[in-house]
Amino acid sequence: MAHVEPRPSGSSRRAWWTSASWTGTVPFFAYVGLFLLLPTGIVVWGAISNGHGLDLSNLKILADPTVRMAFWHSIELCSITAVVGAVCGAILSYAVATGNPNGFIRRTYLAGSGVLAQFGGVTLAFAFTAAIGPTSGFLFHASWFYSFPFGIALIYIYFQVPLMLLVFLPAVLGMRDEWREATENLGGSTWDFWHLVGGRLLLPAFLGATLLLFANALSAYATIQAWENQIPYVVPQEISKSITSEVGLASTNEAQALAFGMILLVAVVMTAYVLLQRRTSRWLH
Amino acid sequence: MRRTSPPAAVVLAAAFALLLAACSSKSSGSSSSSGSSTDWQTATSAAAGGGMSALIAAAKQEGELNVIALPPTWANYGTIIKDFSEKYGIKVNSANPNGSSQDEVDAVRQQSGTGAQPDVLDVGQSVALENTDLFSPYEVATWSDIPDSQKDPSGLWYEDYGGFMAIGYDSAKFGTITSSSQLLDPKFKNAVALDGNPTEANAALNGVMMVNLENGGSLANISKGVDFFHQLNQAGNFVPVQATSATVKAGTTPVVIDWDYLNATHGSDDPNWKVVVPSDATLGGYYTQAITKGAPHPAAARLWEEFLYSQDAQGGQNLWLAGGARPVEMDAMTANGSIDQSLAAKLPPVTGSPEFMSDTQSTDASTYLAANWTKAIS
Amino acid sequence: MAALTAPADVAAPAVAEAPRGGLYGRRRRRLRTFRFVVLSSFAAFFLIPLSAMVAFSFRGTEPGSHTISAWRQIGSYPGLLGAIEITLELALMTAVVMLVLLVPTMIWVRLRLPRLERVIEFLCLLPLTIPAIVLVVGLAPIYRQIRIHATLSALMLFGVYVVLALPYAYRSLAAGLDVIDARTLAEAARSLGAGWFTVIARVIVPNMWQALLNATLLTVALVLGEFTIASLLLYTNLQVALYEISRGSLNAGVLFSASAASLLFAFVLLFVLSYVVRARGGAGGGSA
Repeated sequence: MAHVEPRPSGSSRRAWWTSASWTGTVPFFAYVGLFLLLPTGIVVWGAISNGHGLDLSNLKILADPTVRMAFWHSIELCSITAVVGAVCGAILSYAVATGNPNGFIRRTYLAGSGVLAQFGGVTLAFAFTAAIGPTSGFLFHASWFYSFPFGIALIYIYFQVPLMLLVFLPAVLGMRDEWREATENLGGSTWDFWHLVGGRLLLPAFLGATLLLFANALSAYATIQAWENQIPYVVPQEISKSITSEVGLASTNEAQALAFGMILLVAVVMTAYVLLQRRTSRWLH
Repeated sequence: MRRTSPPAAVVLAAAFALLLAACSSKSSGSSSSSGSSTDWQTATSAAAGGGMSALIAAAKQEGELNVIALPPTWANYGTIIKDFSEKYGIKVNSANPNGSSQDEVDAVRQQSGTGAQPDVLDVGQSVALENTDLFSPYEVATWSDIPDSQKDPSGLWYEDYGGFMAIGYDSAKFGTITSSSQLLDPKFKNAVALDGNPTEANAALNGVMMVNLENGGSLANISKGVDFFHQLNQAGNFVPVQATSATVKAGTTPVVIDWDYLNATHGSDDPNWKVVVPSDATLGGYYTQAITKGAPHPAAARLWEEFLYSQDAQGGQNLWLAGGARPVEMDAMTANGSIDQSLAAKLPPVTGSPEFMSDTQSTDASTYLAANWTKAIS
Repeated sequence: MAALTAPADVAAPAVAEAPRGGLYGRRRRRLRTFRFVVLSSFAAFFLIPLSAMVAFSFRGTEPGSHTISAWRQIGSYPGLLGAIEITLELALMTAVVMLVLLVPTMIWVRLRLPRLERVIEFLCLLPLTIPAIVLVVGLAPIYRQIRIHATLSALMLFGVYVVLALPYAYRSLAAGLDVIDARTLAEAARSLGAGWFTVIARVIVPNMWQALLNATLLTVALVLGEFTIASLLLYTNLQVALYEISRGSLNAGVLFSASAASLLFAFVLLFVLSYVVRARGGAGGGSA
């Protein structure tokens, strides 16, 4: 079922924020508060302060043209790999879902995807360089390997597709045969089914998964640093420049300002996503 | 029908048992020295603390040492750590081997007061000079053999080993290289790499400076080096990947500009690997040792320094030499005969007159690079 | 009635009565071809870089020679077994805490506080927005306190690992929740007198097995593959140990062999894990 917004059960007379239902969410918020919100808060505070008090001068780095270029590259790389990864992953999900649920193929793809979705960093970049690098590739020499975004997009897609498989498969598995039969009874073809029924019902999960893929690519750092580390194409590489130094020129506050910028970026993307979800789920009411 | 789920219950129980076990094992590495009469946190030399045997005893009682950012193949640290550990029975906890000098001081600040705080540091000169507030003064037994220009008079820091920037390459593939100007030749297509990004890493910064000196630049102005890399990139000869032993082995970076002792390890798999220090630019650099203030294992930290600066045949200085690095006490050891001659002979010959970047020059070069490097190699 | 049964797999019932000819026969054949093409192309795509890695791990010094010394050296590191043990324990703890924390909360919010759902979604996306190298700046003070007041054990990494797993687990669980009509199930169960615990644990969760499994697989794989935060916080886990091994050897192939070994290990573990869940087909699923 698509994500609908049902009326909250329980006493609808009182305002929803005073409902006793809130106690059920306390463990989650307490945990997330400690291990996520607190570190994030520390980073954000570092971005807008200078150790003594409020100081917005670190945020000036977000106006720097090279930094803005880095944000643009990040958006570019993440969007491409998210969309391509989502589409390929969705197709792969369907292929896996239509097989024997206890079969060898399903298990292999699930386990393999679990492993490959988290496979990244130095070894992934190396494996690709060893396979298709311009000097060392044993498969062929790809002259475009070091040009942005081609080489690195291919590498990112390598772990985006398995991730998509894992998070989208439950949605595909939830599709009922009855829906297909119903479409048939009404005279619809395969294309009609996907276009009017299946596709629309899967759309919210698909959009959510694409969003996840986008964010997944956004903060990836070790992989692209191993792919090439001389030119800071994306924001994590700029952060690395601010934080790593052998000659004492590190500026943690600048790095935190960049991270703050990334949070803002994701907030913007998430808002667009929510609006999109609301539009597409309208017909389900 | 009732549905109990024994597997889930077992799993949950196991997880919480683990959590309890972890919390109750308030383990190792708490700073001790409660029984000894010396407070090794403030001892400024072994003699002041009651002699070497007292130091060894106190260190053994502490039982552990926290080091950071010491890759095993960097200047033979793997053997050094193993030998120290076996000789004194002290467990060495080596954290974050990938770390840069800045990571080391960050870790000291972030973990200060905990049992995980690094006891000793091995950092670049500039980072050391900027963070002396983190150090505890100490003078090793062989203090007088360290040249005055390479140590802090109050004992806060002291240089340990160094080398010269060199070009490493496979002679079977490329013939003989004597200077970086040859690297613009088309046969070096997609071949030349630095050890990291010069705006971030010391080895890469010095690599660019070496090329700079070869092309008429000076220690105060690195622009000619950046221009050279711009040309190298235009010719398609520059590989934007950090050179490591793995990339050399994979054939991704067949020519590497790096410290001579690191270059020696890059080609360890290749019998045709040669390392050459260009005669027209002999750029040297030394790293710096320090003991951290409030170290969780102060006696072990001091014993470690004594080990590193020991001039024994199997002492730290000769072990660094075995790693291809030049120990700081090399001149004194050559004079008193304790240097391992066969190892010294294996070092790449240095023909020009050595130059070293001062702290100001490093900073100026870094600033210039931060503004111009990306543009030059895009 | 269809909503109360466990979701049947799309193809499972149809396979049994598949006729040869006609519409269903054609569809069967088309599906088979589609599956073959898709599964084999992706398999090839995934296997190519892996085989390059394995090929390099066997390379010897002379061009053309082969050796297994890179693989043998993995075993030479004394701390490896300890690191494996601690990482496996971490994986178990992280998965359990993640499931206990996230599943009831998501179901509860879905049923009772739907307006909160977007907030949770954003919170579960946040860990992915900040690169690990700068997240450590915020985590270090917390772990410093943990080291001082609790323990130095690397097992405490589970705290941040659960948070790192949230984005992936949330998305998988949400996909599973989306396709079951949780409200109807809950209302039906409540009208039969079930308490909230029964609704969550005995009615909804059993309908989400695939999603739960996938969330667990992703979490375990994350813990097994995590390097940056562990090494920056000065802990030693499996990946840090493997990194030490690869940097500790003059044989550069060890980087590849260590990596391949770690992938193989994780794969076998996850494969075995997938046997925990046996898919339920047709009626008679988890609902009472």
